[in-house]
Amino acid sequence: MWSTVSASPIIEVIHLSKNFGEFSAVNDISFSVPKGEIYAFLGPNGAGKSTTIKMLTTLLRPTKGGVRICDVDVLQHPSEARRLFSVMFQEPSLDDELTAYENLEFHGVLYGVPRALRHERIDELLEMVELADRRHHMVKGFSGGMKRRLEIARGLLHHPRILFLDEPTVGLDPQTRNHLWEYVHVLNKSESITVFFTTHYLDEVDQHAHLVSIIDHGVIIADGTVDSIKKETHTDTMESAYLSLTGKMIREEGGDNSNRSRIMRAFAK
Amino acid sequence: MTTAIVRALCVRLQNNMFTQELNAVYILWLRQIKRYYRARSRVIGSFAQPLLFLFALGYGLGPVYAQAGKGNYIDFLVPGIISMSIIFSGMFSGLAVIWDRQFGFLRETLVAPVSRLSIMLGRTLGGATIAFGQGVFIFIVSLFIGFHVQNWILVIPAFIMMFLIAILFTALGTGMASRLEDIQGFQFIMNFLLMPLFFLSGALFPLTNIPTVLMYIVAFNPLSYGVDALRALLVGTTQFGIGMDFVVVTSVAIVFMVLGAYLFSTIEA
Repeated sequence: MWSTVSASPIIEVIHLSKNFGEFSAVNDISFSVPKGEIYAFLGPNGAGKSTTIKMLTTLLRPTKGGVRICDVDVLQHPSEARRLFSVMFQEPSLDDELTAYENLEFHGVLYGVPRALRHERIDELLEMVELADRRHHMVKGFSGGMKRRLEIARGLLHHPRILFLDEPTVGLDPQTRNHLWEYVHVLNKSESITVFFTTHYLDEVDQHAHLVSIIDHGVIIADGTVDSIKKETHTDTMESAYLSLTGKMIREEGGDNSNRSRIMRAFAK
Repeated sequence: MTTAIVRALCVRLQNNMFTQELNAVYILWLRQIKRYYRARSRVIGSFAQPLLFLFALGYGLGPVYAQAGKGNYIDFLVPGIISMSIIFSGMFSGLAVIWDRQFGFLRETLVAPVSRLSIMLGRTLGGATIAFGQGVFIFIVSLFIGFHVQNWILVIPAFIMMFLIAILFTALGTGMASRLEDIQGFQFIMNFLLMPLFFLSGALFPLTNIPTVLMYIVAFNPLSYGVDALRALLVGTTQFGIGMDFVVVTSVAIVFMVLGAYLFSTIEA
């Protein structure tokens, strides 16, 4: 199953740190993701996951350290690096007042996909995510699942080498969630796109990931294959492995509204 | 020989990059325009306020103005109301960055492989085009309620001045919005910056024989020069002189563009 995986790293994180004032959100982490992997990046709320993804995707400048994507230094050549990946954030980043087609068109032009190729791919991708019949509908009328699918289509338009998915399945029903993972596997196999994702649904890690890192308090506390982590912690699911590594305390985190609402949602369950 | 080929390749690459930046500016401009004409209520709302000022003040204060021996108030008022519609619309478009941040779309543009300068430029030109269009609309309406254009040739430079005012305020709004986290700041700017700028620009009443302190504020308000230029070109009266007006408005517009582009380029999300 993992025969496409080659040893050369496609993402290299080298002594990466990020401080917000006194607070050290990410503290000297290093890891590398081999090409063609499906890589899970786990951690409790406020552990530094999103901060790390933002640094990997050029949205945040690290305090120290560096990131290389396909051997491109992300800090030195952000535009080049941006062409190589695609990122799906926790919250949708579509323009609600444009149609599905226009959102894709906008993305294609920004990424310099030539017109003929762009239109061809948009048609293909809309077919793939089963939104072809809604192409001229405004995105504001879409359900959460449809928006997610459209974001996947958009993220693939410029043929990225890496797909960053930050909690891609939050708020999706099981059908849509399965559907989304099916796409991800197809892309990973057929286009050998490397997938780097975060999630709080740890069964997704058991099912879909091969390699894992766990970050807590800004430091990587475990990494390796899913199996090796389960073995080390003498557990048989990622969920129990994760809990034995990170403890059972509920984490508080400051500042970010989206995170706060996530915690609220967690309490409401 | 080889160096010539390399150079040719580099030039081609640069041209391509330049074309891509231009395309990015275009697609961001187009997005602003599309969003504008789709939001009907916003379109109507944006005309309602200046029209209300035009009719209420024009007919209400007209007789008082005439009794004071100042002549036709509509002729005095119209350049002011045109400016008003432009600055409010421009500022609003610029500040729309806050909404894009709130709804996540800002990130889609921030991870795109184009320079932040192009993104800022596209947004600003889009917002400025809308603001300019509103100014033209107010100008046309005013012709039906008795506004006299002194020389139709001068309508062309008047339109240029209107576009410059639009650029100035859209860039100002964009720059400010790149530093604001939420929508609360928006009201603050509207009430404590835009309203005073508007009232102390000579848009509604002549700013002669006012206290020295106020006179200084008026002289430092770039909008004073914009209003004065429109009055000079459309009605034929001026306080600062048309050359001075163009120099001030153009320079401030350029400064705000550069400043806005800088602030925008430092956004981290």
